[in-house]
Amino acid sequence: MDATVIPPRTDIRGDLRRIADMVSAQARVLDVGCGDGALLDLLTREKGVDGRGMELGMDGVRECVSRGLSVIQGDADTDLKDYPSDAFDYVILSQTLQATRDPRGVLLQMLRIGRRVIVSFPNFGYWRVRLALLLTGRMPVTDRLGFQWWETPNIHFCTIADFTALCAQLGGVTVERSAILDHAGRQLTSDATTWRANWSGEQGIFLLRRD
Amino acid sequence: MITPPAYTDSSGATAAPALGGLPGQRMVLGADRPMPLDGGGQLGPFTVAYQTYGTLNADKSNAVLVCHALTGDQYVADRHPITGKPGWWEMLVGPGKPVDTDRFFVICSNVIGGCMGSTGPHDVNPATGQPYAIDFPVITIGDMVRAQALLIDALGIDQLFCVIGGSMGGMQVLQWAVAYPERVFAAVPIATAARHSAQNIAFHEVGRQAIMADPEWRDGAYQQAGTNPARGLAVARMAAHITYLSEAALHRKFGRNLQSRQAITFGFDADFQVESYLRYQGASFVDRFDANSYLYITRAMDYFDLAAEHGGQLAQAFRVGGKGTPVRFCLASFSSDWLFPTSESRAVVHALNAVAANVSFVEIETDKGHDAFLLDEPEFHQVMRGFINGCADHRGLKRRA
Repeated sequence: MDATVIPPRTDIRGDLRRIADMVSAQARVLDVGCGDGALLDLLTREKGVDGRGMELGMDGVRECVSRGLSVIQGDADTDLKDYPSDAFDYVILSQTLQATRDPRGVLLQMLRIGRRVIVSFPNFGYWRVRLALLLTGRMPVTDRLGFQWWETPNIHFCTIADFTALCAQLGGVTVERSAILDHAGRQLTSDATTWRANWSGEQGIFLLRRD
Repeated sequence: MITPPAYTDSSGATAAPALGGLPGQRMVLGADRPMPLDGGGQLGPFTVAYQTYGTLNADKSNAVLVCHALTGDQYVADRHPITGKPGWWEMLVGPGKPVDTDRFFVICSNVIGGCMGSTGPHDVNPATGQPYAIDFPVITIGDMVRAQALLIDALGIDQLFCVIGGSMGGMQVLQWAVAYPERVFAAVPIATAARHSAQNIAFHEVGRQAIMADPEWRDGAYQQAGTNPARGLAVARMAAHITYLSEAALHRKFGRNLQSRQAITFGFDADFQVESYLRYQGASFVDRFDANSYLYITRAMDYFDLAAEHGGQLAQAFRVGGKGTPVRFCLASFSSDWLFPTSESRAVVHALNAVAANVSFVEIETDKGHDAFLLDEPEFHQVMRGFINGCADHRGLKRRA
């Protein structure tokens, strides 16, 4: 078998970098849907966090644990209830909200487990998505959302406006920070409440705080 | 494709295997003060036979305890003194291996109740001058771990860097983490459970009844009688061996292939390769294992229930001083293991999550069943390497030069 040590990552996705900027050093962090562990790795190395991860896919879990990260196989929809309240400073859900069966329930669980919650998701209100549906009459397939409708794991799309409305409806939740990113991962604005943010942002990142 | 060796029936009474004079290290424990047992009695003085590999560092922070399974022993990375086979976990333990003996000081001891040098039912009871046989006290996983802790004390080690083991070894790992959380930095319970299931107790009972039904067992006093319940023990091993494999693995290895013949014989010879294989497994096992030890160790596994002392709440077992356990865990299970299925590991993970413990968990895809933890599973070994190296970094242990 191959006994070599897995090389450290060099390419960090722009949105992960921005999420990492929202996390304070030495914090306790749970990354829900942590994938191959890129964000946990970044947070551990650069912020010295006490990081844990949960990932649905076993390939990702094995990759993470092989890299020395504390990750378990688990499902955001069913397994967050096992965690005690206030166990973490930050609970992160990166590009996973739209793949959950009960996004609102998952958000509430995250807000119970951690005082602060960071959520990033693709914006279905992005102009390219809107135009694709309007002009072709077909479900949009973009670089970031590269699935056909019948195979996509993304079952609960929302727009930035939808998400801010849900946060308001939940009550007791403050949007502390937000970042609206363009196609290249550059920040367009930190104000998620404008019509322009919902039109030109390809993805949104929100830092929520339980009041 | 494995072609099993042809089985030859060695009929007639044979003496129990002579298991004295085995190579390795010995430590006499409980001499000043006998060790209390969960069953109410006490044991002492008693002997623990163990092997070590690598070098203990100056601050004694690099010790790894490997816990063996039901029929395992302390020869984790040595040629076995009786069978001549390589150590049972050489895939995982050795120079440059995931449990790197160039970096860690590895200890593996024979469990008490065992038959490879640690005190067990085949040893002479000082009170009677006769072998203990079934007068040996019934021991538990907790007792095995208590004895290991005394050994670790005697070696001058306060905290183990890692405790690792599969199957019954995994039970010991869990017991270590719960009984001595401050003495374990990282725990790796593999293909195991926090309690023995009804189905597993049932299989063990079949094995025990096979041994006790053998007329050579003589109510346990076969050593005095100069006999050996080898047939009963072999049947116990055959039944157990099936539970270590999977249907897919049995089919892949043997299918319905015939053993050294062109057609079925319309008799009760080992027509099928799988029969011959099982008979060989049974027959070779009795050369290296003591029947009474098999009774005692299977019983210890049956009695294991980590949550029992905590009101049935497994999570409570992992609470230390009102907080979650400080031990770092990595659990691993194997997809085709039906003896200790993934659901058992997941139950432990859920309990650890409930106290926000530091836990990793992977299920390895394989068709090799429970035995997979002993076999060449590169993905499993890579996960072990990553977890152990990550923990060593956190513990401040130097990387290999």
